[in-house]
Amino acid sequence: MRTTLFPRWAGGLLLALTAVFMLAPLVVVTLVSFSGSSVFNLPDGNWSLRWYRAMLRKDGLGDVLMLSLFVAAVSTLCALVLGTLCAIAIEHGRFRGREALLAFLVSPMLMPGLVVGVALLQALRYIGLQDVTTALLIGHVVITLPYVTRTVHASLALFDMRLIEAAQTLGLSRPRALLQVLVPALAPAFLTSGLFAFLASMDNYPISIFLTDARSRTLPIEILHYLEESPDPTIAAISACLILLAIVVLFIAERLVGMRRLAQF
Amino acid sequence: MDSDRSTRGRLAWLALPGAGYLGLAFALPLLILLASSFQNADGGFGLQGYAAFFGDAYHAQVVWNTLKIACIVTGICLLLGYPVAFAMARASVPVQGLMFLTLILPLSVSVIVKSFAWTILLRSNGLVNQALLGLGLVDDPVKMLFNERGLVIAAVHVFLPFMVLPIFTVARQIDSRLAEAAATLGAGPLRTLLRVTWPLSLPGVVTGCAFVFSMSVSMYVIPSLLIGDRYQTLPALMARAYLFMRDRQAGSTLAVVLLVIAVAIVVGSTWLTRLLQQRNANGKGSTA
Repeated sequence: MRTTLFPRWAGGLLLALTAVFMLAPLVVVTLVSFSGSSVFNLPDGNWSLRWYRAMLRKDGLGDVLMLSLFVAAVSTLCALVLGTLCAIAIEHGRFRGREALLAFLVSPMLMPGLVVGVALLQALRYIGLQDVTTALLIGHVVITLPYVTRTVHASLALFDMRLIEAAQTLGLSRPRALLQVLVPALAPAFLTSGLFAFLASMDNYPISIFLTDARSRTLPIEILHYLEESPDPTIAAISACLILLAIVVLFIAERLVGMRRLAQF
Repeated sequence: MDSDRSTRGRLAWLALPGAGYLGLAFALPLLILLASSFQNADGGFGLQGYAAFFGDAYHAQVVWNTLKIACIVTGICLLLGYPVAFAMARASVPVQGLMFLTLILPLSVSVIVKSFAWTILLRSNGLVNQALLGLGLVDDPVKMLFNERGLVIAAVHVFLPFMVLPIFTVARQIDSRLAEAAATLGAGPLRTLLRVTWPLSLPGVVTGCAFVFSMSVSMYVIPSLLIGDRYQTLPALMARAYLFMRDRQAGSTLAVVLLVIAVAIVVGSTWLTRLLQQRNANGKGSTA
């Protein structure tokens, strides 16, 4: 008996086409980065690493990368601490408006980044903050915090608190029980939300554009600037490295928690 | 019991650093922005900014462009993502894993990298045109860069995972026996889809559409790479007012308009999801 509109093979074909559509851009950029040609062409038997050499020789790219990595690492750490505390309060606290609080904590994800960036720029001008790194950190914690709060909260909701009581019955003090039972149970949530928060910070353009200046730029701003000014396949080499970074991050996350848990919506 | 209640009450304080931080670094700046949009050029308070915004036909055109593109992108994502999500739900576990990979990997790659890749793919001598010409589907290369076509293709690519994943989550939960039952009762596949599957999948559809629509309204990087400056959207106009024109009043008015659209989507979709969940729950209750 037929209960669906399309047969199984059609579903398979649709999935295959979707996979091609989703992966094609990433594959093309990676191939172009190995091309010997100085325009954006696919390598036609003419493979070369010249754009990777050009990338390594590029002035200022090291500073840009260091600033991006520093801001991403520090803001992710801050978000992990603040977000976990918030998640515990919402899941295990008993007070009014917990759902509203969770909605508020996640809301920066849903607001237009440019608007948040402009608002922050004005506020920081009011208090006279000049330092770009500090301004970026303040902005990037706003972006990374929701990732951690949401994922750790979802993980806590699935955790059976009776395990803590059981550990206490078996003689562990409450802090030790929390440390030895709860923390390992939450480790995958820390890891995936941390990795995604890190990537989100590394990739952020709309907020960072308002907080940086010509002397200190982050990677996305530098890339977009470069694309608009003098595009050559060096940008493909940088992009290929970023794709590799994403694959590594995803591989670590998949090893530790599995693909399905990553896709929780 | 009492001590437990007071512990749990005290746990509320743990949220203070995070909530306080977002209050100061996120909510307060947005409120200041809102207030400054009501500040006139002479420093007094008034509606000059909004009068200038709504009095200009060009702005109406930009708002219309922005909303139109967002509607088209959301519509195509839904049309494409809905069958993909259901095909995934019916696929074997290894295939599901592969599909997760193809959806999440691009999600973790920079939006700039993806948009840049599309500029290479969509050139008149790019891979897409070569394929179209090779298959004999077109006689001349189709122009897909610096027009809406390319923008829509790139935006659908960037946002499609946000449509597929929430619909997949509900599609997996729909009991396949419901469709079989409908067939036993004489409903054809189309009728089963419209009367059984679609209504049950609506919460996922609403979430997906809200995600895609709000991101499409506020996208900035994708249009700037795929179309350029000639085609103005609300975010582009806002960024230009601040970054190049140094026009704070116009900038904050534009920002507030964008913010109001975003908040309306969030509030509307939350309300709709809650309503649908209630209705689905009631439906289950009455048949049990």
